Amino acid sequence: MAAVRTSSEIGFNRVAIVAVLLVTIIFLAPIYWIASTAFKPRNLATTIPPTVVFQPEISPFVKLFTKRSQMRNPPSPEEYAAAPWWERVVFDGGEKIVRDGKGQVQWSGYPSRFMNSLIIAITSTVLAVGMGTFTAYGFSRFKVKGEADLLFFILSTRMLPPVVVAIPMFLMYRAVGLNDSHLGLIILYTAFNLSFSVWLMKGFMDEIPKEYEEAALVDGYTRMEAFFKIVLPEAATGIAATAVFCFITAWNEYAFALIMTNRRAQTAPPFIPSQVGAGLPDWTVIAAGTFLFLLPVAIFTFLLRNHLLRGMSFGAIRK
Amino acid sequence: MTQIELRGVQKYFGAVQVIKDLNLKIDDNEFIVLLGQSGCGKTTTLRAIAGLETIDGGDILIDGKPVQHLKAADRDIAMVFQSFSLYPHMSVYENIAFPLRATRKSKAEIDQEVRSVAKTLQITDLLGKKPSALSGGDMQRVAIGRALVRRPKAMLMDEPIGALDAKLREEMRAEIKRLHIKQGSTTIYVTHDQIEAMSLADRIVIMHEGVLQQVGSPDEVYSRPANLFVAQFVGSPVMNVADASVAETASSASVTVGGAAAGFEFPRALLSKLNGHASGQLALGIRPEGVLVRHEAAEGFLPVETQIVEPLGSFDIVDLKVGTKMLRARTKSGFVGGPGEKVFARIDPTQAHFFDTASGKSLEVRL
Repeated sequence: MAAVRTSSEIGFNRVAIVAVLLVTIIFLAPIYWIASTAFKPRNLATTIPPTVVFQPEISPFVKLFTKRSQMRNPPSPEEYAAAPWWERVVFDGGEKIVRDGKGQVQWSGYPSRFMNSLIIAITSTVLAVGMGTFTAYGFSRFKVKGEADLLFFILSTRMLPPVVVAIPMFLMYRAVGLNDSHLGLIILYTAFNLSFSVWLMKGFMDEIPKEYEEAALVDGYTRMEAFFKIVLPEAATGIAATAVFCFITAWNEYAFALIMTNRRAQTAPPFIPSQVGAGLPDWTVIAAGTFLFLLPVAIFTFLLRNHLLRGMSFGAIRK
Repeated sequence: MTQIELRGVQKYFGAVQVIKDLNLKIDDNEFIVLLGQSGCGKTTTLRAIAGLETIDGGDILIDGKPVQHLKAADRDIAMVFQSFSLYPHMSVYENIAFPLRATRKSKAEIDQEVRSVAKTLQITDLLGKKPSALSGGDMQRVAIGRALVRRPKAMLMDEPIGALDAKLREEMRAEIKRLHIKQGSTTIYVTHDQIEAMSLADRIVIMHEGVLQQVGSPDEVYSRPANLFVAQFVGSPVMNVADASVAETASSASVTVGGAAAGFEFPRALLSKLNGHASGQLALGIRPEGVLVRHEAAEGFLPVETQIVEPLGSFDIVDLKVGTKMLRARTKSGFVGGPGEKVFARIDPTQAHFFDTASGKSLEVRL
């Protein structure tokens, strides 16, 4: 379906394409930078001008996952020959992997921080989207006294920068022993995302004709059954879109994670920059950590991309 | 055997009363059509029977048992919605099987019943498709199939063919009628389309502003409307209604409309039947086919001038100027050449209706 286009429109189109390409490059450049640094040898990470062509290395990832220490003397040839390939990579950098008394390799703090991030982000997303879906359904389908006020109140929790309440939250959390705990961050992120989830899901729920449920009610089902059998499958698109946004928020949150956690429940965002100060900054290791940290959100969004696209344009078309 | 009875049903939406003291008895196997303009309370009545709306007063009885406190699921009633409401994520087969899955039927039983209903409705080849791949008519067949499959006590239909185009509507109308005759279940059908109502109903229930206006067979509501609302709502083209005054002449009665110089001739018996409603508060109602038109002068015919002529194929509707009033007459097509023609008209007394303008009620005058 090609509409008639004038030469000026074609010209404008070309300018628009160039502009879009430019913006895309600007947005992708930092991601390229992180990804390329993650595979660079340490000595090429901070060159001026930047090194673009290099032999990619896996060493930053080996270093990312292991505890290392500086070596005064290079390893003996026997020691070097006996070491597996990934240990040699560390030897090459003038470091050695720390082992415990039984000779077991010591892990760095990164894997546990990454797991913390996964546990906290996934749990808080499930909770926020789950509760948000139920709440939104209630607001969408039933007459709720003071509905507008309640919805405004729910939204009002997002009207100030969250960091404003960081200190009182910290004191409260310390008082009840929730600081540096998974549960603490899960509650916090769920609360953050809930208002967003309720509002977004309400929009999606309003779009689902209530005749579907009424048909199910008349067909012999209870409202709960109708909700699970009819409403939820219809709301899948909205749930997917909401889940992506909630997950990204929880995954990337920095300020509260920094204040509320320090070890046991620390997530990756405050951990990664903390490595800058540990000895000489090894930017390749930090880049490797950041690069891995980017992947879950990218994969999650990629898996849900069809739902997301539909979700974005949901409600734009009269059915 | 399913009888549905409404006793003094009241329903408010906020301060607005949408159903006012509704009493209605529906017999087994009867096809009842609730007819009225949008907002008259007909759909609310249907939804109240289905259990999708609560009522604020009165009783709804199914087979003599009050059901107004039962949930929709427990009333054993099926409903077809105007929007079809087919579950978009399920195939046609799953849609039809859905009501059966709420019961404790075996897979084999469900399969057999779904296929049997699909066969009746001639939609067997659609069973694997998703609703989005269906045409409007097929969607409605599936919706009807979903309602029928459970063999409910009663079928409720809320403007089920209102969303279809004109030709398909006519086809589906015939199909619904055929199906009703074959299956014979108590059916309540809501529509604002009086042609649909006339063609389908055993009895038509006409509602206006939440109040029941008249209940009767299609013929009854057409030829003996109980009030001005029914008179003008039922029938197309619309019945002529004009304020009239009645006078006594030497041998007959004369009914003048629109302040015309002369009146239409009526039998003398009219005077006694009007019971003193002589003039001032009297309206004459006459359907276009009750206005007789001819080219030559004749006894009892008044000279009138034609205005607009609407050719409708099998007949024409001609506007005749009578005093200040316009009377619409139905003539053979091409009978009148065009506007401004002189013709002669009279009113067929046997088809005339008289109404009290104050109350709107029919005076039940039959000549």
